[in-house]
Amino acid sequence: MKLTGAEIVVQCLVEEGVEHVFGYPGGAVLHIYDALFQQDKLKHILVRHEQAATHAADGYARSTEKPGVVLVTSGPGATNAVTGIATAYMDSIPMVVITGQVPTALIGNDAFQEVDSVGITRPCVKHNFLIKDVADIAVTMKKAFYIAMSGRPGPVVIDIPKDVTAETAEFIYPNKVEIRSYHPVIKGHLGQIKKAVKLMQTAERPMLYTGGGVILDNAAAELTRITQLLNFPITNTLMGLGAYPATDQQFLGMLGMHGTYEANMAMHHCDVLIAIGARFDDRVTGNIEKFCPTAKIIHVDIDPASISKNIKVDIPIVGPVKQVLTEMLKILEKNSAKVDAILLDNWWSQIEEWRATHCLKFKENSDKTKPQYVVQKLYEVTAGDAYVTSDVGQHQMWAAQYYKFDRPRRWINSGGLGTMGFGLPAAMGVQIAHPDAAVACITGEGSIQMCIQELATCLQYGLPVKIVCLNNGYLGMVRQWQEFFYQGRFAMSYMEALPDFVKLAEAYGHVGLRIEHATDVEGAFKEAFALKDRLVFMNFLTDPEENVYPMIPAGAGLNEMILI
Amino acid sequence: MRRIISILIENEAGALSRVAGLFSARGYNIESLTVAPTEDASLSRMTLVTRGSDDIIEQITKQLNKLIDVVKLIDLTEGAHIEREMLLIKVQAQGDERNELKRMADIFRGRVVDVTSSTYTIELTGSADKLDAFIVSLPAAKILETVRSGVSSISRGAKSLRL
Repeated sequence: MKLTGAEIVVQCLVEEGVEHVFGYPGGAVLHIYDALFQQDKLKHILVRHEQAATHAADGYARSTEKPGVVLVTSGPGATNAVTGIATAYMDSIPMVVITGQVPTALIGNDAFQEVDSVGITRPCVKHNFLIKDVADIAVTMKKAFYIAMSGRPGPVVIDIPKDVTAETAEFIYPNKVEIRSYHPVIKGHLGQIKKAVKLMQTAERPMLYTGGGVILDNAAAELTRITQLLNFPITNTLMGLGAYPATDQQFLGMLGMHGTYEANMAMHHCDVLIAIGARFDDRVTGNIEKFCPTAKIIHVDIDPASISKNIKVDIPIVGPVKQVLTEMLKILEKNSAKVDAILLDNWWSQIEEWRATHCLKFKENSDKTKPQYVVQKLYEVTAGDAYVTSDVGQHQMWAAQYYKFDRPRRWINSGGLGTMGFGLPAAMGVQIAHPDAAVACITGEGSIQMCIQELATCLQYGLPVKIVCLNNGYLGMVRQWQEFFYQGRFAMSYMEALPDFVKLAEAYGHVGLRIEHATDVEGAFKEAFALKDRLVFMNFLTDPEENVYPMIPAGAGLNEMILI
Repeated sequence: MRRIISILIENEAGALSRVAGLFSARGYNIESLTVAPTEDASLSRMTLVTRGSDDIIEQITKQLNKLIDVVKLIDLTEGAHIEREMLLIKVQAQGDERNELKRMADIFRGRVVDVTSSTYTIELTGSADKLDAFIVSLPAAKILETVRSGVSSISRGAKSLRL
């Protein structure tokens, strides 16, 4: 049967098992919206800004194992989506973004709402396509989903001119697609895996350092088994939190610029470092000249380009994390060679000494509520079981430090790009994927205003997100750096003219709470989470001068932390 | 080190800009770049000359391989290879200069391919080094225009870059 291009687009999404599309209509995608209107398999979520559509789809993808799907119009629709596409790209999140384009005959003519979407998105997508023939839609959509989901995942943009969505073609959705130039690795090299296991078993001061790749490949269970089997200490990156239970004794906390003292010291002093699905980001390594000076490094990653990009490694293993860990487990389980228990005990004693500094302790609440205290209370009230999204800045670090994630895909944040405005729309995506779950968005008074318009979307779709706004009246992380490194010249970091967030929430039809005293924090959370079907905006007035500790200043090594 | 990287890439709109964009985004330099379809019209062959330390070159080849449109690539400088580039150069040629320029072209095995009463246009093929040497040997003030094709290169022996 012949279908229009627009109907084919919709049918392809149905065939891919997509249930939710996040988007915003406009001229170039009117045919597609018309096709959406005439079906009931796909649900479309109307956001209030295209950036939010991409973040919502991103949050949806991160909290499930499914790709996020976005539909926006040409020109400004596409450019507004770029920040969200780049955010997903930096964190390797699978996403398919359909952008409308002006009719083929007008491309290149500076037509109304025309922009070179393929050109603009090229540096921040895994791949992109411009479809010029209606007959190519089905196979291109198939390719897009395949590319987005396989190998190192990432966003894929499909740009479709309006006339192509009006033309008709026979619809056949391919079961499978071959791309001769794209063959993601599906197995790690067995010889390398064996070498790695041998090195792990002869380690005296081993350390596991794991990142978002473990979560993306759903390998948390394998990682946990192997860590416990070997009794090795483990740290997670900001992107990797939840891959190993944070409440377990072997977990040393997050590492890096605002990581724990014990995690960073163990990194610095280890003799065998096992990096899994992590990419030696500059916020993790500190000064690379001083990074892990005594360690032999094993690096497992799906992306060959991640290996030896920032840090030279000794045993690279290119392959999917889950498969490689499974293979390692097989070898370990039938191999009688054991790690020297005495040496490992010594190493643990040293780590416990570092841990005894209690680097995450913070000063008691005075008349000002401590932001760390708010996050701790959130953790307690939600029993550690909420999905937590965050924006970017101090509150993001406090969330990562004080909310202990025991499960993967619960901690949703923009780690790579550091996109303010991510938290609320991401929380919408998470809530849509998990309608009955508790979803909290930890944010600040700066970040929340970058996508505040989405409060309307939350009302329209009944999304009971709990907004935890740590309002210190400053762009806190900027203020912190200005205090440390710019002699307290607080250029533009003070947030004047803040709205009354309670009234604002109410104006959007939600519940607003203003919490001035530490003694009211727990009660506020209980009240908010009891309102199961309402969005609650909690405006916590927190200590404006609180800083994030510990901290590794720029240019320092992991052993040169500033403690409180 | 100077490297010649040869790439088989899908012959599709935008493929060239993916490669060029990768180099500019990551701060790699391109000394020359040539591209044209192969005997298989669905594929283009690109020859790219770049410079960088071994680490940078490793990243360049890995990042190129990551591009979905790149089918295959090889660093030709890792083995024996043939390198050719073509130069067209227009020079002022009047009076006694005409003989001297013709002799110079002959020494470099170049050919005069266009003549006016006051100019010669010389075609010369060879390695990039040889073309450099020829240009330097001409009086700079007499050179009116030069155009170089960029390097094309192929490995020696039976080894070949193909699907």
